[in-house]
Amino acid sequence: MAAAHRGLLSRRVVMRARVLVRPKAGILDPQGQAVERALPALGFTGASQVHVGRVIELDVEDEAQLPDMCERLLVNPLIEDYEIQRL
Amino acid sequence: MRVGVVRFPGSCDDVDALLAAERVGQTELLWHKDRDLHGVDAVIVPGGFSYGDYLRAGAIARFAPVMEEVVEFAAAGGLVLGICNGFQVLCEAGLLPGALLRNTSLKFVFRQVDLDVVDHDTPFTREAPDRLSIPVKHTTGRYYTPEPVRVVLRYATNHNPNGSQDDIAGVCNEAGNVFGLMPHPEHAVDPLTGSTDGLAIFESIKAHVGDLVQA
Repeated sequence: MAAAHRGLLSRRVVMRARVLVRPKAGILDPQGQAVERALPALGFTGASQVHVGRVIELDVEDEAQLPDMCERLLVNPLIEDYEIQRL
Repeated sequence: MRVGVVRFPGSCDDVDALLAAERVGQTELLWHKDRDLHGVDAVIVPGGFSYGDYLRAGAIARFAPVMEEVVEFAAAGGLVLGICNGFQVLCEAGLLPGALLRNTSLKFVFRQVDLDVVDHDTPFTREAPDRLSIPVKHTTGRYYTPEPVRVVLRYATNHNPNGSQDDIAGVCNEAGNVFGLMPHPEHAVDPLTGSTDGLAIFESIKAHVGDLVQA
């Protein structure tokens, strides 16, 4: 309902997008390792290759700008990979 | 000589940077919204948590109005020193190569470390001895670079506090006028706090600026 209300007010076509940010493969990810080591302590076995990243969700009027937004601010391409999802 | 120190919302080592710089010259506080560096001879981007370190450390601060001026100043050969969070800002701004990642331990480290000065041919280390004892305090200090870089400081053997690649503690750009380091020379200028080795960085800047004035 809130979303519909906002749509009426703005009358702009917006797209909901999700950007998945992951540590680049090959760069040490101590956070993923810490989570991986914690799982067996709770009795979960067989989990491996754990990596922790970041999710950014946003409404955009021009989805063509998303890659540029990622490259220039949302992601540091030197250390992170990203994937844009349309919701 | 006048040294400008940038203050972002969330900076917390700006005052120590001002006090340290005052030992070698005059100082000027540069507000993050300033579009004017007030004619300073060198700029320090200090430590802290600029803009809350939201997204990534230094990621938002690089877009502050004052940073546009700092980028221009650096391109014209001006001396820019980034300490800790300032180092992160300079990397995010593309003034220095590489990036800083979470410490391998995932823990905040706060300790005195020994540093090897491996490049004395910079405006920031020309007066420095081969070994410095300076404190570090950070959670995101693990330097990473996929490319060869100009290394200025390395953590001494067994002193790497964060898992930094090749024990790198500080790097400069190719031209040598932009320098970033994780340790805090501004916290090591008074015998009260155990070491005055940090002064060598500030005295180097003074000597360099002095030479420029004479030339």
